[in-house]
Amino acid sequence: MTNYSNDPKIAGKSSLKTIREAINDALRAEMRRDPTVIVLGEEVSGGAGCPGEDDAYGGVFGVTKGLMPEFGRERVIDTPISEAAIIGAAAGAANNGLRPVAELMFFDFIGVSFDQIFNQTAKFRYMFGGKSKTPLVIRATVGGGWRAGAQHSSMLHSIVTHIAGLKVVMPSNAYDAKGLMVQAIRDDDPIIFLEHKTMYDNTCEVPDEQYAIPFGEAAFPRHGTDVTIVAISNMVTRAIEAADILAKEGISCEVIDPRTVSPLDDEAILESVEVTGRLVVVDEGNPRCGLASDIAGIVAEKGFHSLIAPIRTVTAPHTPVPFAPELEDAYIPSVEKILAAVREVIGG
Amino acid sequence: MPYQKDFLLKAYRSMKTIREFEERCVKEFEGGNIPGFVHVSNGQEAIAVAACIDLSDKDIIGSTHRGHGHCIAKGCDIGAMMKEIMGRVTGLCKGKGGSMHIADIDKGMLGANAIVGGGPPLVNGAALAAKTLGTKNIALSFNGDGSANQGTVMEAMNMAVVLQLPHVFVYENNGYAEGTAANYGLGCDSLTDRNAGFGMPAECIDGLDFFVTYEALKVATQRARDGGGPSAIEAMCVRFDGHFIGDPQLYRGTNEIKDARKTQDCLKIFRQRVVAEGWLTAATMNAIDKEIMVEIEKAVADALTAPHPDPATDLMSDVYCSY
Repeated sequence: MTNYSNDPKIAGKSSLKTIREAINDALRAEMRRDPTVIVLGEEVSGGAGCPGEDDAYGGVFGVTKGLMPEFGRERVIDTPISEAAIIGAAAGAANNGLRPVAELMFFDFIGVSFDQIFNQTAKFRYMFGGKSKTPLVIRATVGGGWRAGAQHSSMLHSIVTHIAGLKVVMPSNAYDAKGLMVQAIRDDDPIIFLEHKTMYDNTCEVPDEQYAIPFGEAAFPRHGTDVTIVAISNMVTRAIEAADILAKEGISCEVIDPRTVSPLDDEAILESVEVTGRLVVVDEGNPRCGLASDIAGIVAEKGFHSLIAPIRTVTAPHTPVPFAPELEDAYIPSVEKILAAVREVIGG
Repeated sequence: MPYQKDFLLKAYRSMKTIREFEERCVKEFEGGNIPGFVHVSNGQEAIAVAACIDLSDKDIIGSTHRGHGHCIAKGCDIGAMMKEIMGRVTGLCKGKGGSMHIADIDKGMLGANAIVGGGPPLVNGAALAAKTLGTKNIALSFNGDGSANQGTVMEAMNMAVVLQLPHVFVYENNGYAEGTAANYGLGCDSLTDRNAGFGMPAECIDGLDFFVTYEALKVATQRARDGGGPSAIEAMCVRFDGHFIGDPQLYRGTNEIKDARKTQDCLKIFRQRVVAEGWLTAATMNAIDKEIMVEIEKAVADALTAPHPDPATDLMSDVYCSY
């Protein structure tokens, strides 16, 4: 459980909220503000056609709970288990006057719907000469830690980051999750909004009012001068933990949370490396052609002369996500691995 | 007697083993001994056993996320299954798969599948291999009323007809796709009519009745083996537990499960029938029950003391044959 927020800029009334509640807040307020915002997916409400209670799930992790009772089944749409049709319908609706928020439940399910995402949604605007816009948000859960096995635990954010035309958002705390979701809904491009499934109960102070966090602006949960640690999604929590341990040893770490990986705030990373001369990138994804190697590549190319030590990446190994708890714990980058990488670049 | 006694004993033992295995999985999960997501199939035993009882290890089945029953019916070892579900290195998949990815290739069990609709296209492949190699083996996919609405499944059905593949599509219609009513997700009145629309023989049967299900499957599997192409069987059944263990099941009716356990229990229906017909005695089946309880107890005890995987050697192995 972490209790922090990165650079909260809005004063006023706030309360301690989980990431789950923060995203729910953002969706609810945007749906109240804009009648074209709809939510659709498998069991985003739950219990459709069943003899028992309505709104039985509110999404498999309860993020959309309570939206259907307020907005009705016309705007909170339970779909059949048909991921390609869900994404296609959402993208088509986005091209025709709605602002859909589609839920893929587990991001592993992009496999079933991938053509609709990368060949259709992502390419519309460019192929049509800038004449169309697709204000679509695809929400999905990513990551391991739930012992859910190889087909419910993947990260896969690097795959969508690779695709031009998509924006990819990966909040690490409740404050950012709300502001980024508001921005995602108001944005005119297709957004992949990835929520790490181990983080839903993490809390921090979240303003009651609506606010949008612009895409492509990194946050700095820790400022420092010796090493730059760039971390993504739940890895931000572990990077902060590592930075706080290292601070006691006299090693000053700057922790950067890009918040959106496409667009990426590479300027923030390069400026930080200019000061520290050292870079560690932490990402739960697989190592090959991944976000960690991408960020390392950008710094190697554009910030080479700032570097005084080799760049280190801390990622999952090049395997699918294992089921057994011992294996999964060894798979996900740990605080210890981050500490070791930082000590290595410091030369300790 | 239309059925051999050995056949009836095998059918009962298999169904009862599934029932007790699943009920025990619920207990062990609640006791904190099973990590992750577990989807149990108690209530649906008759279909798994009727579909698999005549298959050989060379006949291939593809399963769903609710796959324990299919594994047991296909002959997987319950000790190795329990170890896998508990994430032990001596489990069927060395603890790497878990409940949702349990597989036993040697037994012709192509795997449970955590992607709804992920299995049927692969099972088409197994059927294509059998047809191409002329083995006379067949393939059978288990599907739910939910996966019926996946494009992958519909594509697989059409291709199975086009290529005349020896593939039996079994639909376990338990009324719920996760927490959504089957008849909400299915836009048509009858899944079987839709299945027939693909151009294959399709029928809807009472999946609570082992004998009805067995007879329907026998015809379909024989058709596949004789080169007659695919068939679809929609077997109506009841899910005694949640979508996953721990599902509060708010969407189900008051007393729905309690009533179903009383009046729609395929095991009770089987016992009543075989006793009434004079095919088996209650005493014989009670004796089997006792043996099964001992086996389950042993499977759990062995699994609880089985070694855990070692990240140093097991995390990076099995990704490739060679690299």
